[in-house]
Amino acid sequence: MATTRTKKRARPRKPKPRTAKAWKLRLYVAGQTPKSIRALANLNVLCEKHLKGRYQLEVIDLLEHPEMARGNQIVAIPTLEIKLPQQVQKIIGDLSNTDRVLVGLALQPID
Amino acid sequence: MRHEKKPRRPSSQTLPKALTGIQGLDEITGGGLPSGRPTLVSGGAGSGKTMFGLEFLVRGATQCGETGVFISFEETIQDLTRNAASLGFDLDRLVAEKKLFLDHVHISRSEIAETGEYDLDGLFIRIADAVKRVGARRVVLDTIEALFGELPNPGILRAEIRRLFGWLKDQGLTTVITAERDRPDKLTRHGIEEFVSDCVIILDHRIREEISTRRLRVVKYRGSTHGTNEYPFLIDEHGISVLPISSLGLDHTAPAERVSTGIDRLDGMMGGKGFYRGSSILMSGTSGTGKTSVAAHFVDAACRRGERCLYFAFEESPKQIIRNMRSIGIDLEPWVHKGLLHFHAARPTYGGIEEVLLVTHKEISSFKPSIVVVDPITNLLMVSTLNEVRSMLTRLVDFLKTQEITAIFASLTAAGGDLEASEADVSSLMDTWLLLKAIEVGGERNRALYVLKSRGMEHSNQIREFVLTNDGLRMLDVYLGPEGVLTGSARVSQEGREKAAGTFRSQQLQGRGRELDRKRQIFEARMTMLRAEFEVEEEIIQQSIAESKLLDAELLQDRGQMVRSREADASAYKKVGSAPAARKR
Repeated sequence: MATTRTKKRARPRKPKPRTAKAWKLRLYVAGQTPKSIRALANLNVLCEKHLKGRYQLEVIDLLEHPEMARGNQIVAIPTLEIKLPQQVQKIIGDLSNTDRVLVGLALQPID
Repeated sequence: MRHEKKPRRPSSQTLPKALTGIQGLDEITGGGLPSGRPTLVSGGAGSGKTMFGLEFLVRGATQCGETGVFISFEETIQDLTRNAASLGFDLDRLVAEKKLFLDHVHISRSEIAETGEYDLDGLFIRIADAVKRVGARRVVLDTIEALFGELPNPGILRAEIRRLFGWLKDQGLTTVITAERDRPDKLTRHGIEEFVSDCVIILDHRIREEISTRRLRVVKYRGSTHGTNEYPFLIDEHGISVLPISSLGLDHTAPAERVSTGIDRLDGMMGGKGFYRGSSILMSGTSGTGKTSVAAHFVDAACRRGERCLYFAFEESPKQIIRNMRSIGIDLEPWVHKGLLHFHAARPTYGGIEEVLLVTHKEISSFKPSIVVVDPITNLLMVSTLNEVRSMLTRLVDFLKTQEITAIFASLTAAGGDLEASEADVSSLMDTWLLLKAIEVGGERNRALYVLKSRGMEHSNQIREFVLTNDGLRMLDVYLGPEGVLTGSARVSQEGREKAAGTFRSQQLQGRGRELDRKRQIFEARMTMLRAEFEVEEEIIQQSIAESKLLDAELLQDRGQMVRSREADASAYKKVGSAPAARKR
């Protein structure tokens, strides 16, 4: 598989003010697989639509950082890790099911 | 993926195998698990799958020089390390020495949501990384089916697991995949056995009559012969030990060396030399016939020779045996202190029959005795069927013979039972059979012993009585009377009678001797008298002969004077002498 560089986007040094809710997102991929590319595309669309300016997204290629798979208990690829105040929510898959992602992000209640 | 296929180790076999180091398993599988391929180890809850996997890795790292990776899907690393410590494995040390890598894959369903297609590349990467870190040749996945409970979409999961197994195989990793078996008609809960086509081992944990037994069976081993039976196994502080039933062929050596029984006259009953070394001796008898005492003699004699003895006491505690044997003048305690004698005392009911067998094996393997006593084997029947006991004894006897260990098996015969018939099923395994018997006669029981069989040596056909004295066991001749064998008081009274008869006979003999003396004296006296008479007569006769000779001479002289006086022809008398003159008359 081709090596991919870790992408780090929108990662300001200082956290946002407490009043505004910020999401720490981390997407784990393993190389440029179709699923990974699809997941990243889906995530970008979703974040821009719902979380504009209120998120940090980090994309981690496990092929380059295999130890992070162990440290963060990643098994499935792609996995989106959402750090919530109480817990860490993981969403696996290519994020094509937007509603579920939003549930995971605690943005939309289940209807 | 990125790892190149590692060269497989050269092997003389067609199928390269990786030794598991698990006692007995390598014998069953003819050299271990298929090297570079996955093996499925399936079993119910608590059947020892994780321990199997752990031992496979630990032995690989410590004995075979193959490092390993343990991917746990259920237990945390902390728990694993603690559990492994109970088997005597120090995982922390192995991890520190980079011989082992532990990874706990933890997924919580509550934290996971599925939003589309996924794959298990994350897991692949973790395994690949772990393998790379320690240069592993072995991988254990315990229990990968746990993923089915945590990850959605079983269809994808199945495909991914299949891919994983294929990948592991491509990497040339010897892999053990454990799986839960919850139904007897299926090997694994989620049917992953269809992806593992090379080797399948089933572990089982069964309870029968309140006694649990672990069993192992190699269901499938592609490209290799293997033992197909169910083999009992044990997990204890030294790990797993599997006991193959029939892996031992009948090709053990037969030493010609003999070992003394410790009882001179018993040796005498067997050609004067005792048992063959490495032979198995059955000693059967009803209770109180002195089985333990005979065994203690044997043990004592062996220890005196400096040999190591292992005593399996299934009925009495070692202290009790030592105390009791002191009463017949055998002190076993010094041998225990010297480390020559080791007692293993336990009720067989504590574990199953397999456990007994395995414990026996392990004790023998670690103590390396030259003499083993099992006292008694009958107690084993309490925990199992006759068939199982027999099969166990077959295995034990075979094992002992390959180790050239002389073994005495004491067997308690039920009172009133037929002594020989009841043991017929195990006696064929034995080389020598001593039968201890209580002979009831004249209102008392006495002990007797005979050698019922002894392969390959001449042996006495005599029944010998023996008594247990303060000074050990003493064997005596038994008297054969009209009612059969005489023992005990009957023997003593018979001895008395014989002694009386003997005294009488000797008195008679002395009397005859004296009579003869007397007769000789009389005879001699008469002889002397006769001789005296004869001498008297002889003297008289001699005297008369002399007198008549004198008379004759005088007569001749007188006649000559007469011729001269008559002037007769004197020349005739001068020439011829007196004879013609006598003729002429």
